[in-house]
Amino acid sequence: MSFVEYGDTIKDGDTAIVFLGHESMFPVKVQHGSVTQTKYGVIRHSTDLIGKKYGSKVTCSKGGWVFILHPTPELWTMNLPHRTQILYSTDISIITMMLELKPGSIVCESGTGSGSLSHALIRTVAPTGHLYTVEFHQQRAEKAREEFREHGVEHLVTVTNQDVCKNGFGVSNIADAVFLDIPSPWEAIGHAKSALKAEGGRICSFSPCIEQVQRTCLAMEESGFTEINTLEILLRVYNVRTVSLQIPDLGKAAEDNSSAGFDSSSPSHQGSSCANLQQGTVQFKSGVPLREVVGHTGYLTFATKS
Amino acid sequence: AMEGGPSARIREGDCAVLKRDEVFKAVSVLRRRKIIFEKQWFYLDNAIGHIYGTTFEVTSGGNLQPKQEVEETTTETKEAGTDNRNIVDDGKSQKLTHDDIKALKDKGIKGQEIVQQLIENSTTFRDKTEFAQDKYIKKKKKKYEAVITIVKPSTRILSTMYYAREPGKINHLRYDTLAQMLTLGNIRAGNKMIVMETCAGLVLGAVMERMGGYGSIIQMYPGGGPVRAATSCFGFPKPFFDNLHEFPLSKVQSLLSGTFSTETLPADPEDNALVEEESNGLSEEKQSSLQETEEEPATEAPMEISPAEEQDTMDINAEDVEFKENKEKENKENVREKQIKQWERRKKLKEAAALLREKNADGLIVASKFHPTPLLLSLLEFVAPSRPFVVYCQYKEPLLECYTKLRERGGVINLKLSETWLRNYQVLPDRSHPKLTMSGGGGYLLSGITVVLEKGKSDSSNSEALKMEEPSSKRCKLQDLPC
Repeated sequence: MSFVEYGDTIKDGDTAIVFLGHESMFPVKVQHGSVTQTKYGVIRHSTDLIGKKYGSKVTCSKGGWVFILHPTPELWTMNLPHRTQILYSTDISIITMMLELKPGSIVCESGTGSGSLSHALIRTVAPTGHLYTVEFHQQRAEKAREEFREHGVEHLVTVTNQDVCKNGFGVSNIADAVFLDIPSPWEAIGHAKSALKAEGGRICSFSPCIEQVQRTCLAMEESGFTEINTLEILLRVYNVRTVSLQIPDLGKAAEDNSSAGFDSSSPSHQGSSCANLQQGTVQFKSGVPLREVVGHTGYLTFATKS
Repeated sequence: AMEGGPSARIREGDCAVLKRDEVFKAVSVLRRRKIIFEKQWFYLDNAIGHIYGTTFEVTSGGNLQPKQEVEETTTETKEAGTDNRNIVDDGKSQKLTHDDIKALKDKGIKGQEIVQQLIENSTTFRDKTEFAQDKYIKKKKKKYEAVITIVKPSTRILSTMYYAREPGKINHLRYDTLAQMLTLGNIRAGNKMIVMETCAGLVLGAVMERMGGYGSIIQMYPGGGPVRAATSCFGFPKPFFDNLHEFPLSKVQSLLSGTFSTETLPADPEDNALVEEESNGLSEEKQSSLQETEEEPATEAPMEISPAEEQDTMDINAEDVEFKENKEKENKENVREKQIKQWERRKKLKEAAALLREKNADGLIVASKFHPTPLLLSLLEFVAPSRPFVVYCQYKEPLLECYTKLRERGGVINLKLSETWLRNYQVLPDRSHPKLTMSGGGGYLLSGITVVLEKGKSDSSNSEALKMEEPSSKRCKLQDLPC
């Protein structure tokens, strides 16, 4: 396995995702002789994982079972060890499209943070592109390098440990796209411009606060960027539920209920909604929004150098 | 398999996109060909050789001229009011009449100068606040300054263009929803993807862009052939099509049951395909553009004829001449050619069938006008375990049913029904706020991951899986927020 290529079977040294149930999973480094504890019991890597197909059901020692999944940047994002606040797949997907990334693209990123976006960028620009990522925190930079090695993508990424606002990306006139997720992106706009190819490219800056966006937009305009556009994307997830609502008793006789607007016999209603007149309820399927959702991650400002 | 980034120059025969403010139009770059865009007509001849991203002005005679950066000289006095308490709308603030303005335009005076004259002849301009003056100038510039930027097509530009101009043709798939699909589907170089779409080939093009010519795609199509009008707007290099396969939806059942054979195809699939394609895509395209022009006489036909169609007409013309020259020979050759084409088509179909039979695809993308449930239940058979799939639907209800049916079938986990909201912002000093309008709906997605399907004992494991995966709404934790 690697994060940029599917493999069929689980091998020694792979990073696999142990899937326990709804939204409950964790990554595991597969190693001969190693064991992993789950709430369903122990998984023995040598016998339970190595050589098995990705997507298999694995029975744990207590009789419960889990699924073992092939890693993807999206599963990694949901399970990676947080060293910083991270970007999630909803923002990542619009960033990738609006920066026009594809195989062969050269991208500059700062900061590397926990590497959530980095993995997605590498996936998209492989096998001929490259990611130059800059992280001023030495320990985080080192940890990111280690992860890229473990995930078999180190040939597609260069991690530099420096301050992007002071020292830039360490490359010039090479990038098709630049992404900034730092507290003062306006201080890095000049460096971003010189990192981009002379012929042009795209830039994106992520900021949680509108004041940051304001300063960034001004800096972009002063540096001659065009098509400056700020947007925000929000994810709405729905739970699929079968809901029953009681039919009110309006004092009508039982036989009159059929004319009350509920047709229990019509086959077209089956599955979507059906009335149970004996119990006095109507059932239907609904997509119910979660009670609490993420209302704001950050503003995304895009622009073009041309 | 790669081609240059945004650096490339505009060449004759390219597929390009015209941009004016937020409005896009896809065209093919041809000499001496009149283009009508945003109520203006011009030729693209002078654009050839310039770098993509160049902004042009339309000069008299319909020529394009690269725009020179000009210093803003609009308000040398910088006089402005503080509020609008004394500004009365008497409809007489503009001293230039409609006829005056038309005369200026007819004289071929530059838009920039017209704007300047409008400002000078506005009696209320100086009393307006600085912000209001700014807004006034922007509005007038938009109307009178004819600047057009020529950009290279990309998923970003084409999906934005389609959503704005022809949402009906792409089942109202908003561009941020398409972006989610590409990410959730882990689309990348080297994959073997199955794509089933009725979005004019836009989704196919987006998948092709992300795969960069590496790997393979099997496009499932309804009717007589796949519609790829939008795909051709991307201007992909030829090698991108080497590993693009297609397979008719109507043969899926026979392929799954093992009775599939290319011999059971209609006698002349080639002809059928052409006829079908016409009724599926081209004529429909013309019809809908006709309808649109009827409703809104001001708007032009939605999009340039796609390069592929043009190619067709050109070919037909060329054939016409030849036809008259040697009819007999042509006829014999035609029959032979037809046989060769049919043989090639069968060969391609066999290849696609063989690829599907391996049942090891790396993902499934569905975005169509059809009910998603039967598509999913059949097409998932061709996907390997531990691979993502994404289904788009304009409506939520069919996806509710699809969700339930997939649960009953088993072999899938991490099912998620979602939607994204997109909000655009105006960011200006002291005037930042969300834009007035936002899109009401961009469709819904159902995504998940395949797992090894255990047949036989599916009943007990399914109920367990259902219980296991039942999300508890109480447990929805708020993700740690920045700031």
